[in-house]
Amino acid sequence: MRSRRSLTFLLFITPVVLWLFLLIVLPHVDLLLMSFHTEDDSGAMVWSLVNYLNFFQEPVYWRTFMRTAIYAILVTMITFAVSLPVAFYITKVVSPRFSGFLSLLLLMPFWVSELVRVYGWMILLRESGVLNHFLMVSGLLQRPVEMLYNDVTMVMGLVYTSMLFMVVPLISVLESLDDSLIEAAYDLGGGIFSIVTRIIIPHAMPGIMSGGIVVFMLTLGNYLTPNLIGGKNSLWFTEQIYNQFIASFNWNQGAAFGFLLLVLSSSIIWLGLKLTRQKLSQVVQ
Amino acid sequence: MAIDLNVENVSKTFGDFTAVREVSFAVEKGRFFSILGPSGCGKTTLLRMIAGFIEPTVGRIMIRGKDMAGFPPNRRPVNLIFQHLALFPMMNVAQNIAFGLQRRRETRAEIDRKVDDILARVGLPGFGGKRIDQLSGGQKQRVAIARCLVLDPAVLLLDEPLGALDLKLREQMKVELKKLQAEVGTTFIYITHDQSEALVMSDHVAVMNGGRFEQVDTPRNLYARPQTPFVARFVGENNGWKGVVADRQDGLCTLRTDDDQLFSAATHDDLPPGTPVIFFIRPEAIIIAPDAGLENFNRMTAVIQSILFDGANSRMLAMPEAGATELMIALPQNRQYDHLKVGDRVAIGWSARSAVCFKDR
Ligand SMILES: Nc1ncnc2c1ncn2[C@@H]1O[C@H](COP(=O)(O)OP(=O)(O)O)[C@@H](O)[C@H]1O
Ligand SMILES: [Mg+2]
Repeated sequence: MRSRRSLTFLLFITPVVLWLFLLIVLPHVDLLLMSFHTEDDSGAMVWSLVNYLNFFQEPVYWRTFMRTAIYAILVTMITFAVSLPVAFYITKVVSPRFSGFLSLLLLMPFWVSELVRVYGWMILLRESGVLNHFLMVSGLLQRPVEMLYNDVTMVMGLVYTSMLFMVVPLISVLESLDDSLIEAAYDLGGGIFSIVTRIIIPHAMPGIMSGGIVVFMLTLGNYLTPNLIGGKNSLWFTEQIYNQFIASFNWNQGAAFGFLLLVLSSSIIWLGLKLTRQKLSQVVQ
Repeated sequence: MAIDLNVENVSKTFGDFTAVREVSFAVEKGRFFSILGPSGCGKTTLLRMIAGFIEPTVGRIMIRGKDMAGFPPNRRPVNLIFQHLALFPMMNVAQNIAFGLQRRRETRAEIDRKVDDILARVGLPGFGGKRIDQLSGGQKQRVAIARCLVLDPAVLLLDEPLGALDLKLREQMKVELKKLQAEVGTTFIYITHDQSEALVMSDHVAVMNGGRFEQVDTPRNLYARPQTPFVARFVGENNGWKGVVADRQDGLCTLRTDDDQLFSAATHDDLPPGTPVIFFIRPEAIIIAPDAGLENFNRMTAVIQSILFDGANSRMLAMPEAGATELMIALPQNRQYDHLKVGDRVAIGWSARSAVCFKDR
């Protein structure tokens, strides 16, 4: 009996372990080793810390790195600030029949690929785009303005891309919030601010953290949106990695950057969980 | 006496459905006022209008003489205890109670003192640090009450707060709640579908049916002098007949029932002969084997159909030999009636003054 059960267990666990090992662990170990190697003068591979030293010595690298981290946190926060009212409206304000329809609307943009969505934004916002056209026709603008290729537009694009991943966990966590708790807080003299901060956010914390982690990681690792609508002077760290692998063909440097990004995202998430006193196991449920 | 709550001609419609219909009442300061009615009769709707969650379609609600129209719940001097209590699970007991005080920006020391006071008052001293899920049902009840009372509201509204408790605890909480109310002297508006809760605790009870108040009275009067057939049926138990008035003299009328029996009954309405009536006699007003000398007394012989043993609340069902309506008769458990069994013929009767009689509409 025991051996039978352990056999089934083995049968189930093997593909998972294989998948984890072959597709995640193995390439990462290879990348890790790669990041500690460099070519010497004769072109042979030798152990070295030079890839990591480069990162700290070349300001453009670590500035891009910090910029990416700060913007990713900012995008996560803005996404949360935008998603909370949306999720609240869908779960608590409209009738249940209508809320399903609204969730569907929210999902719709994700039926097309991110590339198409980003080009959609570009058609809307570029100098000869739809928005400029209407502003000109209505007389609000004398000459077209370039709305692409700046940080504000990039952040907006990133928030738009990530919103769904924040709204969905928030909806599921707000659905479990008893309406009478909100009413009780209102009845006891609470205003909007205290109801949101004392009742809704503490209740929604697991959803906020799981949404936040997903949004943060997606944003940090996003390549398309910063590259296409962020323009030349708003560098994203993924572009640096891409440049190393593809443009400079320096895989060792690229691997080092990749690892730095991994360490960055892990430590920020760890810090976030510590600060809000959440456990990862609670959050991923 | 100062009036704490004044509800004037309040109605509430949802679409074309009227949940509360032309309700008016006033509650004096320090009273325990109950609204009793079957579920779906509009009690919660009325209470939520007083709390400010719903605006009345018509009418006015005044608290301590001030018109509450346009005041949201957080700016009304009333607090509501929700049907399922709605304690905040993300806070401990003390934080739950402090929530309302903090909204008033009271000082930390003041808040701590008030929280300790009220916890002692509801019999939970030292419970401040407990989480909500560590409390028993009765303790949660008290925390919910403390959370509202600490704000010293003009009126405390309670929406069937004992509904979720088991029978024994409910009996105990009834007494405790009544005592607590007498101690703190806050005006309580208590809604329930359980007549015993309303009768035991209240100074005054309003019986509500289909969105309307049928009668507002003391518990004793509701029981002894119901003003409408609904109250007669809903408060306590009653046997009911339909019939017509055959004759009347000095406050008593003779009634002919639809199954052709003649009874005499007291009436406070002016009912000329020929009026269709509905009249009631309580199971506990029917006497088994009555004394022969009683006056203004309805007598009959009945056959016992069944005996329903329920401790102090035992009943028997008996069919009058001359009639077609089964009667429910109280069976006191004092050993006097132990010999009765199904199929026996017994003499029964009741005083004409025990029956109540209404015009049938
Ligand atoms: N928001 C609403 N919309 C429509 N009908 C409602 C609403 N709230 C309550 N009702 C109806 O009003 C009636 C009275 O409800 P309620 O006040 O909750 O009754 P009770 O508390 O006495 O059980 C019920 O028939 C209910 O369906
Ligand atoms: Mg109700």
